[in-house]
Amino acid sequence: MKRYSAFAIAREALRNHTGWERAWASPEPRKKYQAIIIGAGGHGLATAYYLGKNHGIRDVAILEKGWLGGGNTGRNTTIIRSNYLQDPSAAIYEKARSLYETISQDLNYNVMFSPRGVMMLAQTQHEVRGYERTAHANALQGVTTEFISPARVKELVPIINLDGPRYPVLGALWQARAGTARHDAVAWGYARACSDMGMHVIQKCEVTGIRQEGGRVTGVDTTRGAIDCDKLGIVVAGHSGDVARMAGFRLPIESVPLQALVSEPIKPCMDVVVMANTVHGYMSQSDKGEMVIGGGTDGHNNYTQRGSFHHIEETVRALIETFPMVSRLKMLRQWGGIVDVTGDRSPILSKTPVENIYINCGWGTGGFKAIPGSGWGFAELMAKDHAPLCEAFGLERFREGRFIDESVAAGVAH
Amino acid sequence: MLILTCPCCGVTAEETEFHAGGEAHLKRFGPGSSEDEFHDYLFARENPKGVHFERWRHANGCGKWFLAARDTVTLEVYGTYPAQTHEPPQDIKDRISARHPGWTWREFA
Repeated sequence: MKRYSAFAIAREALRNHTGWERAWASPEPRKKYQAIIIGAGGHGLATAYYLGKNHGIRDVAILEKGWLGGGNTGRNTTIIRSNYLQDPSAAIYEKARSLYETISQDLNYNVMFSPRGVMMLAQTQHEVRGYERTAHANALQGVTTEFISPARVKELVPIINLDGPRYPVLGALWQARAGTARHDAVAWGYARACSDMGMHVIQKCEVTGIRQEGGRVTGVDTTRGAIDCDKLGIVVAGHSGDVARMAGFRLPIESVPLQALVSEPIKPCMDVVVMANTVHGYMSQSDKGEMVIGGGTDGHNNYTQRGSFHHIEETVRALIETFPMVSRLKMLRQWGGIVDVTGDRSPILSKTPVENIYINCGWGTGGFKAIPGSGWGFAELMAKDHAPLCEAFGLERFREGRFIDESVAAGVAH
Repeated sequence: MLILTCPCCGVTAEETEFHAGGEAHLKRFGPGSSEDEFHDYLFARENPKGVHFERWRHANGCGKWFLAARDTVTLEVYGTYPAQTHEPPQDIKDRISARHPGWTWREFA
């Protein structure tokens, strides 16, 4: 792999850009791999990358039914934060956030991580108490957050309306080192690094069946033929229920579309991410100048990748209350991603009833921020059968009643 | 936009008049059941890509619960029926079979 650098740009500029090579290979699948990962989204690719980098397992195929990063990795609002309440969540999300800080150097691929700061507005007394509690919890977890005053909110976000027709801004939970990154680049960067290690990223290869013998997986059937493996990782987000059914077990998960929309591009007006969970809308400005807006999930499970129409109105109404100046903006695009929601709004990184199948799912409405941490932990789980980061996120927690309740932090918006 | 007909009051309305209540035909397990049965009743869900039986409440109408058969991919509603039934009526099953020959659902409770 040729490294990307300022020198490479200068060199290619002088020879009409004829020297750039493909970022990753598109090989034909082999008959057998040591490990197969289903799903070449951020989490699947990150898992493969850390399997190779941290555990020396490079005989890996990542199977993708569509195109690389074409699911939720390319559909989220790119927010990265780690201000969660429970200790296991803070550990994995903070691991991810800290890896994002150096990931562009690690992968030699610019993911444009921008630690611009994320604030979550407190607009009721209940929320004020909730976020003060989270700030204290974060202090104990070593995650730097603070509860800031309305005056400080206004200073950071001049376009905000503090008084609010329904809910005045009473303060905010502020994580200065949180931010955004270029979501596609995260998938592309990991794919390039995996391909460089000799792993096979195989697109347009849908898994249609999972073959088992004596309680162990032996391989998968795909639209490009049968492929054998010693270990199988299922990392398919909204489609986890479907793939788990092929493997013969059910999950405590329901899939719903989560919507997002972007406006026409405008001049820079807001250099932080603002989440308003009470009125239910969140917004940031992309480098292109578009306002990136996150909306709600449908109440009924479905796989439509667009979501119910009325949620757009709810989201836009909330944002106009919070940022009156956006009322004249035109929206350019709207879309949905299928998110896999668990009962306690925390992910599942776990072994499964089938001995050598591992599952990474349930990230629900907030998976993008966790990609490097999730890959780091899940790769260790797949390589060694136990991983400190994943320990609390096992499937058995539902049976045992050890929920990691993040419904306050994660249930509404991301 | 999802359009449902409430079998209790007969009103046909779009989804904001209703509230989704999750998977239907769950078999309830309580004291005396096994750990597996109780776990599955509380947490395990079909979450299918296709035919789904589910509970709805006519929240901004008559307030009654009812059941619906819906496709989670196309959002086609195969029909709604009263909540006081253990399995969907034959005409709804026939309509589903016409669209999805060989469809399956776990045992109706």
